[in-house]
Amino acid sequence: MAKATREAYGEALEKMGGLCSNIVVLDADLSKSTKTCVFAKSYPERFFNVGIAEQNLAGVAAGLAAAGKIPFISTFAMFASGRAYEQIRNSICYPKLNVKIAATHAGLTVGEDGASHQSIEDISLMRSIPNMTVLVPADGTETCQAIQFAAEYDGPVYIRLGRMAVPDLFTEEYRFEHGKAVCLVEGTDATIVATGIMVHIAKEAAEKLQAKGFSVRVLNIHTIKPIDKDAIVKAAEQTGAIVTCEEHSIIGGLSSAVAEVLVENFPVPMERVGVRDTFGESGIPKELLKKYGLTVDDVVLAVKKVIARKA
Amino acid sequence: MNIELINSLTETTLNIRKNIIRMITQAQSGHPGGSLSAVEILTYLYFQEMNIDPSNSKNPKRDRFVLSKGHAAPVLYATLAERGFFSADELLTLRKINSRLQGHPDMKGIPGVDMSTGSLGQGLSAAAGMALAGKIDGSDYRVFALLGDGELEEGQIWEAGMFAAHYKLNNLTIFIDFNGLQIDGSISEVLSPLPIPEKWRAFGWNVLEIDGHDLEGIHCAVQSAKGVLDKPTAIIATTIKGKCIRKMENAAEWHGKAPSISECEEFLFELSRGGL
Repeated sequence: MAKATREAYGEALEKMGGLCSNIVVLDADLSKSTKTCVFAKSYPERFFNVGIAEQNLAGVAAGLAAAGKIPFISTFAMFASGRAYEQIRNSICYPKLNVKIAATHAGLTVGEDGASHQSIEDISLMRSIPNMTVLVPADGTETCQAIQFAAEYDGPVYIRLGRMAVPDLFTEEYRFEHGKAVCLVEGTDATIVATGIMVHIAKEAAEKLQAKGFSVRVLNIHTIKPIDKDAIVKAAEQTGAIVTCEEHSIIGGLSSAVAEVLVENFPVPMERVGVRDTFGESGIPKELLKKYGLTVDDVVLAVKKVIARKA
Repeated sequence: MNIELINSLTETTLNIRKNIIRMITQAQSGHPGGSLSAVEILTYLYFQEMNIDPSNSKNPKRDRFVLSKGHAAPVLYATLAERGFFSADELLTLRKINSRLQGHPDMKGIPGVDMSTGSLGQGLSAAAGMALAGKIDGSDYRVFALLGDGELEEGQIWEAGMFAAHYKLNNLTIFIDFNGLQIDGSISEVLSPLPIPEKWRAFGWNVLEIDGHDLEGIHCAVQSAKGVLDKPTAIIATTIKGKCIRKMENAAEWHGKAPSISECEEFLFELSRGGL
């Protein structure tokens, strides 16, 4: 089975809406794309379209939270983290208001819309704000549990979701633990630290490498902030080399977060798979991932390179 | 309002003005001009209109006030202290290290502050969100906000303006502190937001125009807004920046300048004679 994390978000939000009457949902004219339309259909009295006005989207959510509501706000990651950045910083995070920003269509795999809509900076922007929690689920099951966590947690949460369908990684038994990395594959030669849609690509790369005689660990980082320092340091100590994988700029995102942990605790050789300080372009997701170096083969190459640097 | 009440409120405005001057002088930074222009509006709201209780400042059923022009924090702090939310002694810690009285209002820090503000253009959206929450809950609290006239240059204000009218937030009443000045000069020279009443009417709001230093006029406008069932209300309050201190009145240079110690004494003396 494959499902886009935005689809899982829509279903989870509708489910949480039934469990918690304090949840209200706001969208900025993209509810059919962000999938908040599912909630809107079941709970029209708790759904508010703010129109094409993302700054007000964030600000109204702050006011709703200040009055005791649990607002989930959705639009594309580009406009949530970019257009409304300062509203998120000053109106939501500074007073630590209980707003959940579920941003869809993150990364290059937005596809045909092109660079203007491909958010490759949002993890960087959001994780640098004090009081913010940043989640990037890797599949539908994890998304569902991340949304449940976000609804129950008191404080601002940014949840990064994708447009494209991704393969299932987890079964119903999976339990999301906030701030805890998930080890998907054990290994000793190197560790791939991945997030979001790159997790299944990292897993495939590890399997490919195993066939060639390399033992490679795969860590799924669903919580970018607060990041699981222990799991990263342990991976560095036990495998001696790290490769990060993200559908995001190599500046400021997962790779930076991991590098920050390593340089302060246990520096080891590291390679980064991500968008290399460039804008994307129009194309189908598969072509974009290939052109911008985010395929299984790119990860395999990076792992071989980092192992060669271990010396 | 009867004359005794107006006299009593007027006395409160003088105390608040004195404390604004004292605290900004002590801090040697802050925004006196736009604080002094809004004293009557805050005095009326906090001492006459709003359903609030300093001993239960988080009561979910309370009325709310959002200082969208957050740089006028001194008038908010001085009013809250006068109303008993915290001791007036604390006002002298304004803008100092470890103080709860940040340069711009921090709702986490001080009892009675309903929203953190300071970055212009953001407070109205938050006030609209609070008003919407009241509608969802069927609660009858009212939400007030104070905006600067220069603040109307921010695009987000008009996003929020459309939103509040669309959702018929008649429990939301805003004041626009129309003192005509912003940091770089007169609002009509810097980037004119004029005509202000016509803009809000075009955005679907109930619009009232008053003298923002006339307590009776403020009273009538606020009460009249309560009778409007399908629109939010914008009260355009014509005010004098630096009101009651001759040197400061209508002087853009007093937007963000602190008085010296000797000026402070001079201004307090002027106020003790009852203002202008």
